[in-house]
Amino acid sequence: MGNYYIPASYFFSHALNAKVMKSPKITSKTIELGSKYSPDFVCSPFKYTLGTMIEGLEKGANVIFQLGGGCRYGYYSELQEQILKDLGYDFLYINFITGGKADVKKIYRELKKIDKKFNPIKALYYLFITTKMIKYMDKIDDYIRKNIGFEVNENEFEKTNDEMLKEFSKTRNYISLYRTYKKYRKKIKSIKVNKKEVLKVGIIGELYTVMEPFSNYFLERELAKFGIEITRFTNAHYLLFEKTKKVKKYLKNTKEYIKYRMGADAHDNVARAKELCEKKYDGIIHIKSSFCTPEIGCMHIIEKICSKYDVPVIFFSFDSNTSEVGIKTRLEAFYEMIEMRKNNEMLPRN
Amino acid sequence: MTIGIPRSMFYYYFNKKWKYFFDYLNINTIISPKTNRKILDNGIKLSTDEMCLSLKSYIGHVDYLKDKCDYILIPRIDNYGYKEQTCTNFLAIYDIINNIFDIKILDYNIDLEHHETELDGLLKLSKILKRTKTKIKKAYEYACTMEGKDKKKIVIDNMNKLSSKKTKVLLIGHSYNLYDSLIGTPIINYLEKLNCEVIYSDRFDYQSTKQTVLKYSKNLYWRYSKQNISSLKYIDKVDGIIFLSTFPCGLDSLVNELVLRKINKPYLNLILDDLGGIAGMETRIESFVDIFEY
Repeated sequence: MGNYYIPASYFFSHALNAKVMKSPKITSKTIELGSKYSPDFVCSPFKYTLGTMIEGLEKGANVIFQLGGGCRYGYYSELQEQILKDLGYDFLYINFITGGKADVKKIYRELKKIDKKFNPIKALYYLFITTKMIKYMDKIDDYIRKNIGFEVNENEFEKTNDEMLKEFSKTRNYISLYRTYKKYRKKIKSIKVNKKEVLKVGIIGELYTVMEPFSNYFLERELAKFGIEITRFTNAHYLLFEKTKKVKKYLKNTKEYIKYRMGADAHDNVARAKELCEKKYDGIIHIKSSFCTPEIGCMHIIEKICSKYDVPVIFFSFDSNTSEVGIKTRLEAFYEMIEMRKNNEMLPRN
Repeated sequence: MTIGIPRSMFYYYFNKKWKYFFDYLNINTIISPKTNRKILDNGIKLSTDEMCLSLKSYIGHVDYLKDKCDYILIPRIDNYGYKEQTCTNFLAIYDIINNIFDIKILDYNIDLEHHETELDGLLKLSKILKRTKTKIKKAYEYACTMEGKDKKKIVIDNMNKLSSKKTKVLLIGHSYNLYDSLIGTPIINYLEKLNCEVIYSDRFDYQSTKQTVLKYSKNLYWRYSKQNISSLKYIDKVDGIIFLSTFPCGLDSLVNELVLRKINKPYLNLILDDLGGIAGMETRIESFVDIFEY
């Protein structure tokens, strides 16, 4: 999941004394491998992750960690384990969340299997540092996403971010982590940005697609070329700590459209779409992987909200065959449309 | 006052209960006709492309009923307790319908993890139904006992089929697919024409077959998938298994794939879409049944 491998590998290498292998970058070969062995109409994150796992196992990994979520995601682990075992790989598969709940005892037993000297108190300390690291990463990331593409010297944001991540992975305790965070926050905010009048676009959608295939700021860069600033919502910190608190607030805000929770992130996205419309954004981009059931349900409602507030919206659905070029063309058309609307607003109406 | 009940999705789980419940309260109900081409086409027009076939047909049924009744009954089922969840479409269906159509909806919520039972949901409807709470409670109890009796008969009938001398085929699929006149019925009819005994996966007593699920999958958490898979308790007594699912069904895509890898009986994995041609299916079923004759 993008740059999140750094806090994850930090945690496992310190708490378990294990050697963590960085998962290889997702290429078209990974996707091909993944879709070859997965069922036909499963959503694309399954195919991506399966492909990465196969590549990782081939390079010599012998333990795989997987999490679980509210929708189909919670059931990924069992089928993936079966598929990989049928392919003849020998490994240990550890799933942290089963049936929507984390079973502490079971996790302890599994971790003890990997490392016999496993110490839960030490692990808790490193868990604390890891969560803080995720929080700081997301804060910096938010700022970068808003400004990337507008910088005077090209690639400066990414360079500084990489430096920061390198230093993060070497931290020993919380205080040193906090100091590096402060140092780089200053550094990043001092980077010169050339921003004049910009159009504002919000990105909502299914969490994996929002985070993964374009984690390297692809969408941000493409849109910045046209002078569009982006707002995103979903990040790891939100998913882990804020989501449960915010659901009630979201449902209250969108009373006239939805009454119940719609599963996974669907109701969040409806609430965000409304929020963006009320803030008078110039457009909304909704992205999801194909066959994502909860998002399909909420697409209709988002469309209804957008037509009421008169805000343009575009839907992207990714599967293993989607190419960057096709997306670029559609984005260009979308940009031209919002720009024309903006210009028409400035003209006096008869 | 008339209440419309779409003959799709929830209908196949609750039809008996609703019939007794509303009969006891003396309320008129209208049930949409069996799915036909026109209803499905209307549903497809109104829905988003990637929705599953069953949901599209549900939307078609609601469209048929929308100006023939005062209210349309749409329950929302979140879960039946821990590890007994339902498909996310079941959670969202009320909001989806409410945003597509401009109609009055009678809805109640089943969410046992947050202590909202079916009875609680029905009691909240007392104002709209214009019946007292005590009467609704009585009606619910009556409906439950009557449904239980009917269900026993069905279960016994299904169990008797296991000792039949014909070729026995276990049909695994969600109730709303098995009994839908465009999805499941043509397949069942064809199987019967080929002189097969069809055994339904959802006509077993779930409480007694529950344990079988653990043999195939340890953390399966969908109630209706569990119910389907639990019918594999009687796998030794049948000759073959047919898995029936509709195109992008989220649950079946994962669960069926896992189970297929673990059974060692002849099986056929049928996936239906909205094209409607039955000829291709017939060839596949015929060749599948031919296996048993040799």
